Amino acid sequence: MSALPSRVVVAHPSALKLSRRTVANTADGPGPKASQAPSPRPSPTGEGEWFRRVFAMALGIGLFVVGWAFVAKFGRIPDPGSVFREALVIFSDPFYRKGPNDQGIGWNVLASLGRVGVGFGLAALVGIPLGFLLGRFRFLSDMAAPIIALLKPVSPLAWLPIGLLVFKAASPASIFGIFICSIWPLVMNTAAGVRQVPQDYMNVARVLNLSEWKVFTSILLPAVLPYMLTGVRLSIGVAWLVIVAAEMLTGGVGIGFWVWDEWNNLKVDHIIIAIFVIGVVGLVLEQSLIFVARKLTHGAAA
Amino acid sequence: MSNNPGRYIQVENVGMTFSKRGAAFEALRAVSLDVAKSEFVTLIGHSGCGKSTLLNLLAGLIRPTQGHMLLADKEIAGPGPERGVVFQNHSLLPWLTCAGNVMLAVERVFGARQTKAQLRDRTGAALALVGLSAASAKYPEEISGGMKQRVGIARALAMEPKVLLLDEPFGALDALTRAHLQDELMGIVARTASTVVMVTHDVDEAVLLSDRIVMMTNGPAATVGEVLEVGLGKPRDRLALAANARYIECRRQVLEFLYSRQARQAA
Repeated sequence: MSALPSRVVVAHPSALKLSRRTVANTADGPGPKASQAPSPRPSPTGEGEWFRRVFAMALGIGLFVVGWAFVAKFGRIPDPGSVFREALVIFSDPFYRKGPNDQGIGWNVLASLGRVGVGFGLAALVGIPLGFLLGRFRFLSDMAAPIIALLKPVSPLAWLPIGLLVFKAASPASIFGIFICSIWPLVMNTAAGVRQVPQDYMNVARVLNLSEWKVFTSILLPAVLPYMLTGVRLSIGVAWLVIVAAEMLTGGVGIGFWVWDEWNNLKVDHIIIAIFVIGVVGLVLEQSLIFVARKLTHGAAA
Repeated sequence: MSNNPGRYIQVENVGMTFSKRGAAFEALRAVSLDVAKSEFVTLIGHSGCGKSTLLNLLAGLIRPTQGHMLLADKEIAGPGPERGVVFQNHSLLPWLTCAGNVMLAVERVFGARQTKAQLRDRTGAALALVGLSAASAKYPEEISGGMKQRVGIARALAMEPKVLLLDEPFGALDALTRAHLQDELMGIVARTASTVVMVTHDVDEAVLLSDRIVMMTNGPAATVGEVLEVGLGKPRDRLALAANARYIECRRQVLEFLYSRQARQAA
Protein backbone atom coordinates (compact mmCIF):
# COMPACT_ATOMS: atom_id res chain seq x y z
CA MET A 1 0.00 0.00 0.00
CA SER A 2 1.08 3.53 -0.71
CA ALA A 3 2.64 5.50 2.08
CA LEU A 4 0.72 8.61 1.03
CA PRO A 5 -2.93 7.63 0.91
CA SER A 6 -4.25 11.11 1.71
CA ARG A 7 -2.48 12.48 -1.32
CA VAL A 8 -3.66 10.10 -3.99
CA VAL A 9 -7.30 9.77 -2.99
CA VAL A 10 -9.07 11.91 -5.52
CA ALA A 11 -12.59 12.56 -4.40
CA HIS A 12 -13.44 15.19 -6.98
CA PRO A 13 -14.20 13.87 -10.44
CA SER A 14 -12.14 16.50 -12.16
CA ALA A 15 -9.02 16.19 -10.09
CA LEU A 16 -7.25 13.65 -12.26
CA LYS A 17 -8.17 15.52 -15.37
CA LEU A 18 -7.20 18.91 -14.07
CA SER A 19 -3.67 17.95 -13.38
CA ARG A 20 -3.22 16.98 -16.97
CA ARG A 21 -5.04 19.84 -18.54
CA THR A 22 -3.09 22.48 -16.69
CA VAL A 23 0.02 20.98 -18.16
CA ALA A 24 -1.48 20.91 -21.62
CA ASN A 25 -2.72 24.49 -21.59
CA THR A 26 -0.17 26.54 -19.79
CA ALA A 27 3.11 24.93 -20.72
CA ASP A 28 3.42 27.28 -23.65
CA GLY A 29 2.96 30.39 -21.54
CA PRO A 30 5.71 32.97 -21.43
CA GLY A 31 6.83 31.97 -17.95
CA PRO A 32 9.31 29.14 -17.64
CA LYS A 33 7.29 26.02 -16.83
CA ALA A 34 4.52 27.89 -15.07
CA SER A 35 2.44 24.75 -15.22
CA GLN A 36 4.70 22.86 -12.93
CA ALA A 37 4.13 25.27 -10.08
CA PRO A 38 4.39 23.47 -6.76
CA SER A 39 1.21 22.27 -5.09
CA PRO A 40 0.07 24.26 -2.05
CA ARG A 41 1.48 21.62 0.23
CA PRO A 42 5.26 21.28 0.14
CA SER A 43 6.33 17.99 -1.32
CA PRO A 44 7.98 15.45 0.97
CA THR A 45 11.70 16.05 1.09
CA GLY A 46 13.64 12.85 1.47
CA GLU A 47 14.01 10.43 4.31
CA GLY A 48 13.08 12.68 7.22
CA GLU A 49 9.64 13.41 5.82
CA TRP A 50 9.07 9.72 5.08
CA PHE A 51 9.93 8.71 8.64
CA ARG A 52 7.68 11.44 10.00
CA ARG A 53 4.77 10.06 7.97
CA VAL A 54 5.37 6.45 8.97
CA PHE A 55 5.75 7.47 12.58
CA ALA A 56 2.48 9.46 12.47
CA MET A 57 0.64 6.50 10.96
CA ALA A 58 2.09 4.03 13.46
CA LEU A 59 1.20 6.38 16.30
CA GLY A 60 -2.36 6.71 15.00
CA ILE A 61 -2.82 2.95 14.78
CA GLY A 62 -1.23 2.46 18.21
CA LEU A 63 -3.54 5.00 19.85
CA PHE A 64 -6.50 3.40 18.12
CA VAL A 65 -5.63 -0.05 19.55
CA VAL A 66 -5.03 1.42 23.02
CA GLY A 67 -8.39 3.19 22.88
CA TRP A 68 -10.04 -0.02 21.74
CA ALA A 69 -8.46 -2.00 24.61
CA PHE A 70 -9.59 0.69 27.04
CA VAL A 71 -13.20 0.58 25.79
CA ALA A 72 -13.09 -3.25 25.84
CA LYS A 73 -12.24 -3.19 29.56
CA PHE A 74 -15.56 -1.55 30.39
CA GLY A 75 -17.86 -2.73 27.62
CA ARG A 76 -18.84 -6.00 26.05
CA ILE A 77 -16.52 -5.56 23.08
CA PRO A 78 -13.76 -8.18 22.88
CA ASP A 79 -10.26 -6.80 23.46
CA PRO A 80 -7.65 -6.55 20.67
CA GLY A 81 -5.65 -9.53 21.96
CA SER A 82 -8.50 -12.03 21.85
CA VAL A 83 -9.66 -10.76 18.46
CA PHE A 84 -6.13 -11.16 17.11
CA ARG A 85 -5.90 -14.76 18.43
CA GLU A 86 -9.31 -15.56 16.92
CA ALA A 87 -8.23 -14.01 13.64
CA LEU A 88 -5.23 -16.34 13.51
CA VAL A 89 -7.61 -19.29 13.82
CA ILE A 90 -9.96 -18.00 11.14
CA PHE A 91 -7.25 -17.12 8.66
CA SER A 92 -5.45 -20.43 9.19
CA ASP A 93 -8.25 -22.08 7.18
CA PRO A 94 -10.17 -19.49 5.17
CA PHE A 95 -11.45 -21.94 2.56
CA TYR A 96 -13.28 -24.71 4.41
CA ARG A 97 -16.78 -25.87 3.58
CA LYS A 98 -19.10 -27.45 6.12
CA GLY A 99 -22.47 -27.20 4.47
CA PRO A 100 -24.09 -24.20 2.82
CA ASN A 101 -24.21 -21.99 5.91
CA ASP A 102 -20.80 -22.73 7.35
CA GLN A 103 -17.97 -21.83 5.03
CA GLY A 104 -14.57 -20.19 5.48
CA ILE A 105 -14.23 -16.43 5.42
CA GLY A 106 -12.35 -16.65 2.12
CA TRP A 107 -15.38 -18.16 0.39
CA ASN A 108 -17.61 -15.51 1.89
CA VAL A 109 -15.39 -12.65 0.69
CA LEU A 110 -15.10 -14.22 -2.77
CA ALA A 111 -18.87 -14.67 -3.00
CA SER A 112 -19.39 -11.01 -2.12
CA LEU A 113 -16.72 -9.89 -4.56
CA GLY A 114 -18.37 -11.97 -7.25
CA ARG A 115 -21.70 -10.21 -6.74
CA VAL A 116 -19.98 -6.82 -6.65
CA GLY A 117 -18.21 -7.71 -9.89
CA VAL A 118 -21.40 -8.71 -11.69
CA GLY A 119 -23.47 -5.82 -10.32
CA PHE A 120 -20.78 -3.27 -11.03
CA GLY A 121 -20.04 -4.77 -14.45
CA LEU A 122 -23.68 -4.42 -15.47
CA ALA A 123 -23.73 -0.87 -14.09
CA ALA A 124 -20.64 0.01 -16.13
CA LEU A 125 -22.11 -1.60 -19.23
CA VAL A 126 -25.22 0.57 -18.95
CA GLY A 127 -23.90 3.59 -17.07
CA ILE A 128 -20.89 4.57 -19.17
CA PRO A 129 -22.69 4.66 -22.55
CA LEU A 130 -25.60 6.41 -20.84
CA GLY A 131 -23.17 8.97 -19.43
CA PHE A 132 -21.77 9.61 -22.91
CA LEU A 133 -25.28 10.17 -24.28
CA LEU A 134 -26.27 12.49 -21.44
CA GLY A 135 -23.03 14.42 -21.79
CA ARG A 136 -23.35 14.82 -25.55
CA PHE A 137 -27.04 15.70 -25.79
CA ARG A 138 -28.39 18.45 -23.57
CA PHE A 139 -31.99 17.41 -24.16
CA LEU A 140 -31.46 13.84 -22.95
CA SER A 141 -29.58 15.17 -19.94
CA ASP A 142 -32.45 17.50 -19.04
CA MET A 143 -34.85 14.59 -19.49
CA ALA A 144 -32.87 12.34 -17.16
CA ALA A 145 -32.02 14.97 -14.55
CA PRO A 146 -35.17 14.77 -12.39
CA ILE A 147 -35.19 10.97 -12.44
CA ILE A 148 -31.54 10.70 -11.46
CA ALA A 149 -31.96 13.36 -8.77
CA LEU A 150 -34.85 11.37 -7.33
CA LEU A 151 -33.32 7.89 -7.47
CA LYS A 152 -29.74 8.71 -6.54
CA PRO A 153 -30.26 9.27 -2.78
CA VAL A 154 -32.37 6.12 -2.32
CA SER A 155 -30.81 3.57 0.03
CA PRO A 156 -29.91 0.23 -1.54
CA LEU A 157 -32.04 -1.55 1.05
CA ALA A 158 -35.16 0.12 -0.31
CA TRP A 159 -34.49 -1.57 -3.66
CA LEU A 160 -34.05 -5.06 -2.24
CA PRO A 161 -37.75 -5.99 -1.97
CA ILE A 162 -38.21 -4.93 -5.60
CA GLY A 163 -35.25 -7.09 -6.56
CA LEU A 164 -36.59 -10.05 -4.57
CA LEU A 165 -40.01 -9.62 -6.13
CA VAL A 166 -38.69 -9.48 -9.67
CA PHE A 167 -35.92 -12.08 -9.48
CA LYS A 168 -37.36 -14.33 -6.78
CA ALA A 169 -33.89 -15.16 -5.49
CA ALA A 170 -31.48 -13.60 -3.02
CA SER A 171 -28.33 -13.36 -5.11
CA PRO A 172 -29.79 -11.61 -8.16
CA ALA A 173 -31.68 -9.27 -5.82
CA SER A 174 -28.48 -8.09 -4.16
CA ILE A 175 -26.80 -7.78 -7.56
CA PHE A 176 -29.72 -5.64 -8.63
CA GLY A 177 -29.24 -3.47 -5.54
CA ILE A 178 -25.57 -2.99 -6.40
CA PHE A 179 -26.41 -2.21 -10.00
CA ILE A 180 -28.97 0.45 -9.20
CA CYS A 181 -26.81 2.14 -6.56
CA SER A 182 -23.45 2.05 -8.31
CA ILE A 183 -24.70 3.20 -11.70
CA TRP A 184 -25.14 6.87 -10.70
CA PRO A 185 -21.49 7.80 -10.10
CA LEU A 186 -20.66 6.20 -13.47
CA VAL A 187 -23.37 8.07 -15.35
CA MET A 188 -22.71 11.41 -13.70
CA ASN A 189 -18.92 11.38 -13.92
CA THR A 190 -18.90 10.22 -17.52
CA ALA A 191 -21.45 12.87 -18.47
CA ALA A 192 -19.47 15.56 -16.63
CA GLY A 193 -16.34 14.42 -18.45
CA VAL A 194 -18.01 14.63 -21.84
CA ARG A 195 -19.36 18.12 -21.08
CA GLN A 196 -15.92 19.31 -20.06
CA VAL A 197 -14.05 18.20 -23.15
CA PRO A 198 -12.29 21.47 -24.06
CA GLN A 199 -13.89 23.32 -26.96
CA ASP A 200 -10.40 23.57 -28.49
CA TYR A 201 -10.33 19.82 -29.02
CA MET A 202 -13.76 19.84 -30.59
CA ASN A 203 -12.65 22.70 -32.87
CA VAL A 204 -9.70 20.57 -33.95
CA ALA A 205 -12.13 17.80 -34.75
CA ARG A 206 -14.22 20.19 -36.81
CA VAL A 207 -11.44 21.83 -38.81
CA LEU A 208 -9.98 18.40 -39.53
CA ASN A 209 -13.46 17.23 -40.48
CA LEU A 210 -13.09 14.03 -38.45
CA SER A 211 -15.78 11.37 -38.68
CA GLU A 212 -18.04 10.83 -35.65
CA TRP A 213 -16.24 7.55 -34.92
CA LYS A 214 -12.83 9.19 -35.12
CA VAL A 215 -14.03 12.01 -32.87
CA PHE A 216 -15.14 9.41 -30.37
CA THR A 217 -11.97 7.31 -30.39
CA SER A 218 -9.38 10.07 -30.84
CA ILE A 219 -10.84 12.89 -28.81
CA LEU A 220 -13.89 12.09 -26.70
CA LEU A 221 -12.76 8.80 -25.19
CA PRO A 222 -9.24 9.87 -24.16
CA ALA A 223 -10.51 13.22 -22.87
CA VAL A 224 -13.26 11.60 -20.82
CA LEU A 225 -11.22 8.64 -19.56
CA PRO A 226 -9.96 10.27 -16.34
CA TYR A 227 -13.50 11.30 -15.37
CA MET A 228 -14.80 7.87 -16.24
CA LEU A 229 -12.19 6.20 -14.06
CA THR A 230 -13.17 8.43 -11.15
CA GLY A 231 -16.73 7.27 -11.69
CA VAL A 232 -15.57 3.66 -11.71
CA ARG A 233 -13.71 4.14 -8.46
CA LEU A 234 -16.63 5.80 -6.67
CA SER A 235 -18.98 3.23 -8.09
CA ILE A 236 -16.94 0.25 -6.87
CA GLY A 237 -16.79 1.89 -3.45
CA VAL A 238 -20.57 2.20 -3.36
CA ALA A 239 -20.97 -1.38 -4.56
CA TRP A 240 -18.80 -2.65 -1.73
CA LEU A 241 -20.86 -0.67 0.79
CA VAL A 242 -24.09 -2.00 -0.65
CA ILE A 243 -23.16 -5.67 -0.76
CA VAL A 244 -22.63 -6.00 2.99
CA ALA A 245 -26.00 -4.48 3.77
CA ALA A 246 -27.78 -6.45 1.07
CA GLU A 247 -26.34 -9.80 2.12
CA MET A 248 -27.32 -9.23 5.73
CA LEU A 249 -30.92 -9.18 4.58
CA THR A 250 -30.84 -11.80 1.86
CA GLY A 251 -28.58 -14.44 3.41
CA GLY A 252 -26.62 -17.08 1.52
CA VAL A 253 -22.86 -17.02 1.33
CA GLY A 254 -21.13 -13.64 1.57
CA ILE A 255 -19.30 -11.41 3.98
CA GLY A 256 -22.48 -9.51 4.92
CA PHE A 257 -24.31 -12.71 5.67
CA TRP A 258 -21.29 -13.95 7.63
CA VAL A 259 -21.45 -10.86 9.88
CA TRP A 260 -25.11 -11.48 10.56
CA ASP A 261 -24.58 -15.18 11.14
CA GLU A 262 -21.82 -14.52 13.68
CA TRP A 263 -24.09 -12.03 15.40
CA ASN A 264 -26.69 -14.77 15.74
CA ASN A 265 -23.95 -17.00 17.19
CA LEU A 266 -22.96 -14.09 19.46
CA LYS A 267 -19.37 -14.26 18.21
CA VAL A 268 -18.60 -10.58 18.46
CA ASP A 269 -14.87 -11.10 17.89
CA HIS A 270 -15.72 -12.59 14.48
CA ILE A 271 -17.78 -9.52 13.66
CA ILE A 272 -14.84 -7.27 14.43
CA ILE A 273 -12.63 -9.44 12.23
CA ALA A 274 -15.24 -9.13 9.48
CA ILE A 275 -15.21 -5.34 9.83
CA PHE A 276 -11.44 -5.33 9.32
CA VAL A 277 -11.74 -7.68 6.36
CA ILE A 278 -14.41 -5.48 4.76
CA GLY A 279 -12.27 -2.41 5.32
CA VAL A 280 -9.14 -4.01 3.90
CA VAL A 281 -10.92 -5.35 0.81
CA GLY A 282 -12.48 -1.94 0.22
CA LEU A 283 -9.09 -0.29 0.58
CA VAL A 284 -7.46 -2.74 -1.82
CA LEU A 285 -10.23 -2.22 -4.40
CA GLU A 286 -9.84 1.55 -4.16
CA GLN A 287 -6.06 1.56 -4.31
CA SER A 288 -5.88 -0.86 -7.20
CA LEU A 289 -8.31 1.26 -9.19
CA ILE A 290 -6.28 4.39 -8.45
CA PHE A 291 -3.26 2.46 -9.66
CA VAL A 292 -5.05 1.46 -12.88
CA ALA A 293 -6.27 5.03 -13.37
CA ARG A 294 -2.80 6.42 -13.04
CA LYS A 295 -1.35 3.80 -15.36
CA LEU A 296 -3.97 4.46 -18.01
CA THR A 297 -4.01 8.24 -17.86
CA HIS A 298 -0.27 8.54 -17.53
CA GLY A 299 0.25 6.03 -20.29
CA ALA A 300 -2.08 8.08 -22.47
CA ALA A 301 -0.63 11.45 -21.63
CA ALA A 302 3.05 10.79 -21.48
CA MET B 1 -10.00 26.96 -59.06
CA SER B 2 -11.46 30.41 -58.98
CA ASN B 3 -12.27 32.18 -62.20
CA ASN B 4 -11.11 35.31 -60.54
CA PRO B 5 -7.73 34.84 -58.86
CA GLY B 6 -7.83 38.39 -57.49
CA ARG B 7 -10.91 37.46 -55.49
CA TYR B 8 -9.99 33.99 -54.24
CA ILE B 9 -11.61 34.61 -50.87
CA GLN B 10 -14.57 36.96 -50.93
CA VAL B 11 -16.12 38.33 -47.78
CA GLU B 12 -19.20 40.34 -48.65
CA ASN B 13 -20.94 42.52 -46.13
CA VAL B 14 -20.58 39.95 -43.38
CA GLY B 15 -22.10 40.55 -39.96
CA MET B 16 -21.87 38.33 -36.91
CA THR B 17 -24.15 38.69 -33.93
CA PHE B 18 -23.81 36.28 -31.03
CA SER B 19 -26.81 35.72 -28.83
CA LYS B 20 -26.22 34.33 -25.39
CA ARG B 21 -29.13 33.84 -23.04
CA GLY B 22 -31.28 36.42 -24.78
CA ALA B 23 -28.59 39.10 -24.92
CA ALA B 24 -27.32 39.90 -28.41
CA PHE B 25 -23.73 40.90 -29.04
CA GLU B 26 -22.82 42.29 -32.42
CA ALA B 27 -19.18 41.35 -32.97
CA LEU B 28 -18.83 42.22 -36.65
CA ARG B 29 -20.81 44.55 -38.91
CA ALA B 30 -20.61 44.91 -42.68
CA VAL B 31 -17.16 43.40 -43.16
CA SER B 32 -16.09 43.20 -46.78
CA LEU B 33 -12.73 41.91 -47.85
CA ASP B 34 -11.16 40.14 -50.81
CA VAL B 35 -8.03 38.04 -50.66
CA ALA B 36 -6.15 37.13 -53.81
CA LYS B 37 -4.63 33.72 -54.46
CA SER B 38 -1.20 33.32 -52.83
CA GLU B 39 -1.68 36.56 -50.97
CA PHE B 40 -0.63 36.98 -47.32
CA VAL B 41 -3.16 39.10 -45.45
CA THR B 42 -3.04 39.95 -41.76
CA LEU B 43 -5.94 41.13 -39.64
CA ILE B 44 -4.81 43.50 -36.95
CA GLY B 45 -6.70 45.35 -34.24
CA HIS B 46 -7.10 45.71 -30.52
CA SER B 47 -8.26 42.71 -28.53
CA GLY B 48 -12.00 42.27 -28.76
CA CYS B 49 -12.19 43.76 -32.25
CA GLY B 50 -13.57 40.58 -33.73
CA LYS B 51 -10.51 39.61 -35.76
CA SER B 52 -10.57 36.06 -34.39
CA THR B 53 -14.31 35.95 -35.07
CA LEU B 54 -13.60 36.80 -38.69
CA LEU B 55 -11.01 34.03 -38.85
CA ASN B 56 -13.41 31.52 -37.28
CA LEU B 57 -15.95 32.52 -39.91
CA LEU B 58 -13.41 31.87 -42.66
CA ALA B 59 -12.60 28.52 -41.03
CA GLY B 60 -16.29 27.69 -41.07
CA LEU B 61 -16.42 27.06 -37.33
CA ILE B 62 -19.24 29.60 -37.09
CA ARG B 63 -21.68 30.85 -39.70
CA PRO B 64 -22.23 34.55 -40.32
CA THR B 65 -25.56 36.02 -39.32
CA GLN B 66 -25.38 38.31 -42.34
CA GLY B 67 -23.67 38.45 -45.68
CA HIS B 68 -21.75 35.85 -47.69
CA MET B 69 -18.31 34.30 -47.68
CA LEU B 70 -16.94 32.58 -50.74
CA LEU B 71 -13.80 30.56 -51.32
CA ALA B 72 -12.97 29.94 -54.97
CA ASP B 73 -16.53 31.04 -55.80
CA LYS B 74 -18.05 28.49 -53.44
CA GLU B 75 -19.96 29.39 -50.30
CA ILE B 76 -18.10 28.56 -47.07
CA ALA B 77 -20.64 26.34 -45.38
CA GLY B 78 -18.48 24.69 -42.72
CA PRO B 79 -14.95 23.61 -41.96
CA GLY B 80 -13.12 21.90 -44.79
CA PRO B 81 -9.73 20.33 -45.40
CA GLU B 82 -8.89 22.92 -48.05
CA ARG B 83 -8.54 25.41 -45.18
CA GLY B 84 -5.83 24.57 -42.66
CA VAL B 85 -6.24 26.26 -39.29
CA VAL B 86 -3.51 26.99 -36.75
CA PHE B 87 -4.97 27.90 -33.39
CA GLN B 88 -3.67 30.45 -30.96
CA ASN B 89 -3.02 27.84 -28.27
CA HIS B 90 -1.73 25.10 -30.60
CA SER B 91 -4.63 22.78 -29.60
CA LEU B 92 -2.62 19.59 -29.84
CA LEU B 93 -4.23 16.49 -28.36
CA PRO B 94 -2.13 15.64 -25.30
CA TRP B 95 -2.66 11.88 -25.63
CA LEU B 96 -1.17 11.71 -29.13
CA THR B 97 2.48 12.11 -30.07
CA CYS B 98 3.52 14.94 -32.37
CA ALA B 99 3.41 12.51 -35.27
CA GLY B 100 0.04 11.21 -34.04
CA ASN B 101 -1.40 14.70 -34.01
CA VAL B 102 -0.23 15.36 -37.56
CA MET B 103 -1.30 11.87 -38.67
CA LEU B 104 -4.85 12.60 -37.54
CA ALA B 105 -5.07 15.33 -40.18
CA VAL B 106 -3.20 13.35 -42.82
CA GLU B 107 -5.43 10.29 -42.43
CA ARG B 108 -8.54 12.36 -42.83
CA VAL B 109 -7.45 14.02 -46.06
CA PHE B 110 -5.42 11.27 -47.75
CA GLY B 111 -6.43 8.12 -45.85
CA ALA B 112 -8.88 6.92 -48.47
CA ARG B 113 -6.43 7.14 -51.36
CA GLN B 114 -3.04 6.26 -49.92
CA THR B 115 -1.33 3.42 -48.09
CA LYS B 116 -0.32 3.54 -44.45
CA ALA B 117 3.32 3.96 -45.46
CA GLN B 118 2.52 6.90 -47.70
CA LEU B 119 0.55 8.53 -44.89
CA ARG B 120 3.49 8.07 -42.56
CA ASP B 121 5.78 9.65 -45.16
CA ARG B 122 3.48 12.65 -45.43
CA THR B 123 3.44 13.03 -41.65
CA GLY B 124 7.23 12.81 -41.56
CA ALA B 125 7.54 15.35 -44.36
CA ALA B 126 5.22 17.81 -42.62
CA LEU B 127 7.22 17.56 -39.39
CA ALA B 128 10.46 17.93 -41.35
CA LEU B 129 9.08 21.08 -42.94
CA VAL B 130 8.87 22.73 -39.52
CA GLY B 131 12.17 21.18 -38.41
CA LEU B 132 10.72 18.76 -35.90
CA SER B 133 11.63 15.34 -37.28
CA ALA B 134 13.49 14.52 -34.08
CA ALA B 135 10.46 15.24 -31.89
CA SER B 136 7.94 13.15 -33.82
CA ALA B 137 7.65 10.45 -31.12
CA LYS B 138 7.37 12.97 -28.29
CA TYR B 139 4.15 13.98 -26.56
CA PRO B 140 3.08 17.64 -26.55
CA GLU B 141 3.84 18.09 -22.86
CA GLU B 142 7.44 17.00 -23.48
CA ILE B 143 8.24 19.80 -25.93
CA SER B 144 8.45 23.59 -25.68
CA GLY B 145 5.70 26.05 -26.53
CA GLY B 146 7.41 27.05 -29.76
CA MET B 147 7.72 23.42 -30.82
CA LYS B 148 4.04 22.80 -30.04
CA GLN B 149 3.06 25.72 -32.21
CA ARG B 150 5.24 24.31 -34.99
CA VAL B 151 3.49 20.95 -34.70
CA GLY B 152 0.21 22.87 -35.02
CA ILE B 153 1.53 24.46 -38.21
CA ALA B 154 2.75 21.07 -39.48
CA ARG B 155 -0.70 19.61 -38.82
CA ALA B 156 -2.30 22.37 -40.88
CA LEU B 157 0.29 22.15 -43.68
CA ALA B 158 0.09 18.35 -43.87
CA MET B 159 -3.45 18.63 -45.20
CA GLU B 160 -2.02 20.56 -48.17
CA PRO B 161 -4.62 23.26 -47.71
CA LYS B 162 -5.26 25.94 -50.30
CA VAL B 163 -5.69 28.47 -47.54
CA LEU B 164 -3.82 28.73 -44.27
CA LEU B 165 -5.73 30.43 -41.45
CA LEU B 166 -3.53 31.48 -38.54
CA ASP B 167 -5.05 32.80 -35.31
CA GLU B 168 -2.28 34.66 -33.46
CA PRO B 169 -0.06 31.62 -33.96
CA PHE B 170 2.97 33.15 -32.24
CA GLY B 171 1.14 35.19 -29.63
CA ALA B 172 2.13 33.03 -26.68
CA LEU B 173 5.81 32.75 -27.60
CA ASP B 174 8.86 34.67 -26.47
CA ALA B 175 10.33 37.24 -28.87
CA LEU B 176 13.26 35.12 -30.07
CA THR B 177 11.19 32.01 -30.78
CA ARG B 178 8.60 34.19 -32.43
CA ALA B 179 11.13 35.78 -34.79
CA HIS B 180 12.50 32.37 -35.66
CA LEU B 181 9.06 30.95 -36.46
CA GLN B 182 8.14 34.04 -38.48
CA ASP B 183 11.18 33.43 -40.67
CA GLU B 184 10.26 29.78 -41.01
CA LEU B 185 6.68 30.65 -41.89
CA MET B 186 7.88 33.06 -44.60
CA GLY B 187 10.00 30.28 -46.08
CA ILE B 188 7.17 27.73 -46.00
CA VAL B 189 4.63 30.10 -47.52
CA ALA B 190 7.07 31.04 -50.27
CA ARG B 191 7.67 27.36 -51.08
CA THR B 192 4.01 26.28 -50.99
CA ALA B 193 2.55 29.48 -52.49
CA SER B 194 -0.24 29.29 -49.90
CA THR B 195 -2.91 31.88 -49.46
CA VAL B 196 -2.68 33.02 -45.85
CA VAL B 197 -4.98 34.94 -43.56
CA MET B 198 -3.39 35.62 -40.20
CA VAL B 199 -4.69 37.31 -37.09
CA THR B 200 -2.14 39.23 -35.05
CA HIS B 201 -1.82 42.11 -32.63
CA ASP B 202 1.86 42.56 -33.35
CA VAL B 203 2.58 45.48 -35.69
CA ASP B 204 6.08 44.33 -36.67
CA GLU B 205 4.83 40.85 -37.40
CA ALA B 206 2.08 42.23 -39.62
CA VAL B 207 4.40 44.45 -41.64
CA LEU B 208 7.11 41.82 -41.92
CA LEU B 209 4.87 39.02 -43.19
CA SER B 210 1.98 40.59 -45.06
CA ASP B 211 1.21 41.71 -48.55
CA ARG B 212 -1.73 43.63 -47.14
CA ILE B 213 -2.67 44.61 -43.61
CA VAL B 214 -6.35 44.82 -42.76
CA MET B 215 -6.84 47.13 -39.79
CA MET B 216 -10.02 46.61 -37.85
CA THR B 217 -11.94 49.15 -35.81
CA ASN B 218 -12.74 48.50 -32.17
CA GLY B 219 -15.72 46.35 -31.29
CA PRO B 220 -18.56 45.92 -30.71
CA ALA B 221 -19.79 45.98 -34.30
CA ALA B 222 -16.20 46.05 -35.52
CA THR B 223 -15.48 46.37 -39.20
CA VAL B 224 -12.60 46.96 -41.61
CA GLY B 225 -11.14 50.36 -40.86
CA GLU B 226 -8.29 50.66 -43.32
CA VAL B 227 -6.35 48.38 -45.62
CA LEU B 228 -2.66 48.98 -46.08
CA GLU B 229 -0.74 47.69 -49.10
CA VAL B 230 2.70 46.88 -47.74
CA GLY B 231 4.42 46.80 -51.10
CA LEU B 232 7.75 45.40 -49.96
CA GLY B 233 9.43 42.83 -52.17
CA LYS B 234 10.00 39.22 -51.13
CA PRO B 235 11.91 37.46 -49.71
CA ARG B 236 12.19 39.81 -46.79
CA ASP B 237 15.03 40.08 -44.35
CA ARG B 238 14.14 41.45 -40.96
CA LEU B 239 17.57 42.99 -40.43
CA ALA B 240 17.60 44.83 -43.76
CA LEU B 241 14.00 45.99 -43.29
CA ALA B 242 14.77 47.66 -39.98
CA ALA B 243 16.24 50.60 -41.87
CA ASN B 244 13.92 50.42 -44.89
CA ALA B 245 11.92 53.61 -45.37
CA ARG B 246 8.81 51.82 -46.69
CA TYR B 247 8.87 49.39 -43.76
CA ILE B 248 9.11 52.27 -41.29
CA GLU B 249 6.30 54.09 -43.03
CA CYS B 250 4.00 51.02 -42.97
CA ARG B 251 4.77 50.53 -39.33
CA ARG B 252 4.00 54.17 -38.61
CA GLN B 253 0.67 53.97 -40.44
CA VAL B 254 -0.48 50.89 -38.54
CA LEU B 255 0.61 52.33 -35.21
CA GLU B 256 -1.11 55.59 -36.05
CA PHE B 257 -4.33 53.70 -36.81
CA LEU B 258 -4.18 51.57 -33.68
CA TYR B 259 -3.06 54.12 -31.14
CA SER B 260 -4.42 57.38 -32.46
CA ARG B 261 -7.59 56.76 -34.43
CA GLN B 262 -8.63 53.55 -32.63
CA ALA B 263 -7.03 54.39 -29.29
CA ARG B 264 -8.22 52.50 -26.29
CA GLN B 265 -8.19 53.71 -22.74
CA ALA B 266 -7.51 50.33 -21.26
CA ALA B 267 -6.78 47.29 -23.32
